[in-house]
Amino acid sequence: MKPTDIAHPDYFHKVVDCQWACPAHTPVPEYIRLIAAGRYSDAYMVNWKSNVFPGILGRTCDRPCEPACRRGRVEEGNVEMRKPSAHEDGPKAEPVAICRLKRVAADNKDDVSARMPKAPAQKNGKRIACIGGGPASLTVARDLAPLGYDITIYEADPKAGGFMRSQVPRFRLPESVIDEEVGYITGIGNITVKTGTRVDSLKKILAEGYDAVFVGTGAPRGRDLDAPGRKEAAANVHLGIDWLASVSFGHIEKIGKRVIVLGGGNTAMDCCRSAKRLGGEDVKVIVRSGYEEMKASPWEKEDAIEEGIPILNFLVPKACKVENGKLLGMSFEKVKAEYDAKGRRKLVSTGEPDQFFECDDVLVAIGQENAFPWIERDAGVDFDQWNMPVVDKVSFQSSNPKVFFGGDSAFGPKNIIWAVAHGHEAAVSIDKMLTGEDLKDRPLPAVAVMSQKMGIHEWSYDNDISAALRHKVPWQDQKLTLKSIKVEVELGFDAKSGFAEAQRCLNCDVQTVFAPKLCIECDACVDICPMDCITFTPDGEEAEVRERLTAPALHPDQGLYVSDPLRMTGRIMAKDEDVCLHCGLCAERCPTGAWDMQKYLVQMTHAGPGCRKPQRKAA
Amino acid sequence: MTYLAKPKLHHPSLSKNQAGYTRRDYEGKISTLCAGCGHDSISASIIQACWELDIQPHRVAKMSGIGCSSKTPDYFLGNSHGFNSVHGRMPSVLTGANLANRDLLYLGVSGDGDSASIGIGQFAHCMRRGVNMVYIVENNGVYGLTKGQFSATADKGSKSKRGVVNSDEPLDLIGMALLLGATYVARSFSGDKKQLVPLIKGAIEHKGSAFIDVVSPCVAFNNHAGSTKSYEYVRQHNEAVNRLDFIEGREEITADYAPGESVTVYQHDGSALRLKKLAEDYDATDRIKVMNYLQEHAARGEVITGLLYFDSQAEDMHQHINTVDTPLNQLGAKELCPGNAALEKINASLR
Repeated sequence: MKPTDIAHPDYFHKVVDCQWACPAHTPVPEYIRLIAAGRYSDAYMVNWKSNVFPGILGRTCDRPCEPACRRGRVEEGNVEMRKPSAHEDGPKAEPVAICRLKRVAADNKDDVSARMPKAPAQKNGKRIACIGGGPASLTVARDLAPLGYDITIYEADPKAGGFMRSQVPRFRLPESVIDEEVGYITGIGNITVKTGTRVDSLKKILAEGYDAVFVGTGAPRGRDLDAPGRKEAAANVHLGIDWLASVSFGHIEKIGKRVIVLGGGNTAMDCCRSAKRLGGEDVKVIVRSGYEEMKASPWEKEDAIEEGIPILNFLVPKACKVENGKLLGMSFEKVKAEYDAKGRRKLVSTGEPDQFFECDDVLVAIGQENAFPWIERDAGVDFDQWNMPVVDKVSFQSSNPKVFFGGDSAFGPKNIIWAVAHGHEAAVSIDKMLTGEDLKDRPLPAVAVMSQKMGIHEWSYDNDISAALRHKVPWQDQKLTLKSIKVEVELGFDAKSGFAEAQRCLNCDVQTVFAPKLCIECDACVDICPMDCITFTPDGEEAEVRERLTAPALHPDQGLYVSDPLRMTGRIMAKDEDVCLHCGLCAERCPTGAWDMQKYLVQMTHAGPGCRKPQRKAA
Repeated sequence: MTYLAKPKLHHPSLSKNQAGYTRRDYEGKISTLCAGCGHDSISASIIQACWELDIQPHRVAKMSGIGCSSKTPDYFLGNSHGFNSVHGRMPSVLTGANLANRDLLYLGVSGDGDSASIGIGQFAHCMRRGVNMVYIVENNGVYGLTKGQFSATADKGSKSKRGVVNSDEPLDLIGMALLLGATYVARSFSGDKKQLVPLIKGAIEHKGSAFIDVVSPCVAFNNHAGSTKSYEYVRQHNEAVNRLDFIEGREEITADYAPGESVTVYQHDGSALRLKKLAEDYDATDRIKVMNYLQEHAARGEVITGLLYFDSQAEDMHQHINTVDTPLNQLGAKELCPGNAALEKINASLR
């Protein structure tokens, strides 16, 4: 096999599964260690640099990091028989509660306003317009304003925040958190937010002479229900995202007693839980698909069920029954899933009689769409056959070089953390374009490598692996939360449980780095490794070497770290990264220091001098 | 050494043997030996062998004397019986235990100091008596606990860490074991588990005194140029005479060697030892030839490893002295003191 190129930043970055999975590549273990050390403000700033909205994301993120987390794989086959304590979840193999730890940093930090960047005294004279005041636009503004760019954000709603403010209900995300984190950005200085200003023409914006325009308008149009009786029942059938926005801005405060929510995504979950708090007594979610295939995150489904909301599956809406202009209920066709030879799912009628559910109101949350009625088709921005703008996947530039897209408006509905990631990349593109550089020439992330050795067998990180199961996030009493839409449901971890959960992190960024020249092949590392990750074996092709490992490689997508042939026997060292605990025992047991624990801090390149070509100064 | 206990978490695929235990269940406390010590690899090999043989941990008694090697029983088989005896006295304590309870599996772990110096007499008589045991010497050629003086097994002409040349003849434990009637004699290297684990398994199943000399480099005091017990020297001079496959009774023997390349020998319990010949003229069942072979090759500076000698008709101490099948510690007063009539009968037979 070819020895692993550990000099490439991606190799060890990939070992930090959570950071690799995070669209914004937040250095997760780094901030979790800071939380464990009680350095909440520092943990917050590590987050803030990468994902801009730690407090908001710590409550609402879609957490792609957690399914990737190594802890979930490591606990497999280990914890199923354990009896969980009162504070623990399970017993099942579960990842670290990365998302809710982010909130611990945000909740417990000191005043960090002094650590926030400020606009430089010397502006660079360049003006940038951001259309839409959501997470993507705010990220672009945050990255570019401190560099001296002058930013104007156009927001149709009364306050900036976009989706985070208009659609995420207050019982999941308090207004104060949004105000605080939007405030850190607008407080930078040279950012003007034009609220209540809906942009109705891209050409008009371009005519104002901006050097670049960033479009971050989200996916603002809810898909409507197409069923008989829909029109007649208009007064009681609401589009989910519009209804949520009206609730958020206080325009709607009540809903009927019996509510049906259509749809199986996270918006449907927000709708049903909101309805429950605005007078809905009999609230149910009705979904076409099965429970497992629903688009909503598993925890959002569980939270809805926890609040006494049933989810009914395999029911396709058929008609709204209206009498004398009053909605009586909806009928549904019972279906089952059938799979064809290619594994594609088809929902076919079971032949059973239709089911009818009485209701007073229906909330339709069956999807969101992009809509760009305000972009003239001759503004230089090309649109594809699905009426979506043609956007470069790396630079986020459209066919009009001055116009960039990001967030949901670029490639359709995703979530906040993706919008942030898009914003960072678009900001890099804008910065490079306006400093006359090639947008395609994008630098690799910066990597800081440092040995963690303190004493002979002491490491600067805590390598005593916690055996705890995932901790439950405590909830506010349901009697209080179901009464008001403004009472936050989750209380968040306190300092003690936050520490205990932080200790479950395996510090995957502290890498096992092997120096083959120092190895004397004593087998000490093989013997001590609790997970049987390490093998010394003759060289061969990867597929065949994987067969010869000390313990079987369960996940071929996980890297195999392979060394140069060793001096004495010509064998290679092959380490399966899959379930390594990063406990450092291999390095503690190594008599020659051939194994060393080194922290790989990978930082993505944001807009600024770091993303530009190094300037050679005159000697 | 490390200050942390080894994490309890294990590989998701870790499986249980027929006794219902995982390999990790055969581990002991965390080792306090120096990092890289060959002894830790031997402990790992013992753990592996016991797991593979489905051994019930509570049916094992591990005995040792004093020294780095004699500390190691604390680091494997944490749920077995153990006795850490006086320096060099492991063989007699073990012999006594074996006499009292012949049902346990006896594992004696010793070092070159414990067995070749202070305990040399004990070693000799234990072999001579054919005590049914596995006698493992973790042989590193130095006194590690007292900072690296030559031990009695250090080769003549080898150099200490400070450059002093050893002028004394080494004590040849393998040669002595053969002379004194050990019926299973092997030598291996801590850095070669593929060879060591089957040798330990064969020794455990062997009924009689099984002796394994394991060259186990001392990283702190005997792993330098000029040493003949360093990782590098042993790897360069290791000449294996055969490769052992241990086959448990229930497994079918499938021949994947060409005829003539391997021999299969059976033990009392029906388990089979299949030896793949690496040295053409080597016959592990001919004691005289084996002794000659070892002397010749040792003179050339080679470290001969493998299953060196094996007697499939071995007898153990209990057969020699004709004890009852029931372990003595399970006999009651009635059996042990059969009364006057029985005594009279015995006395009469002697008149």
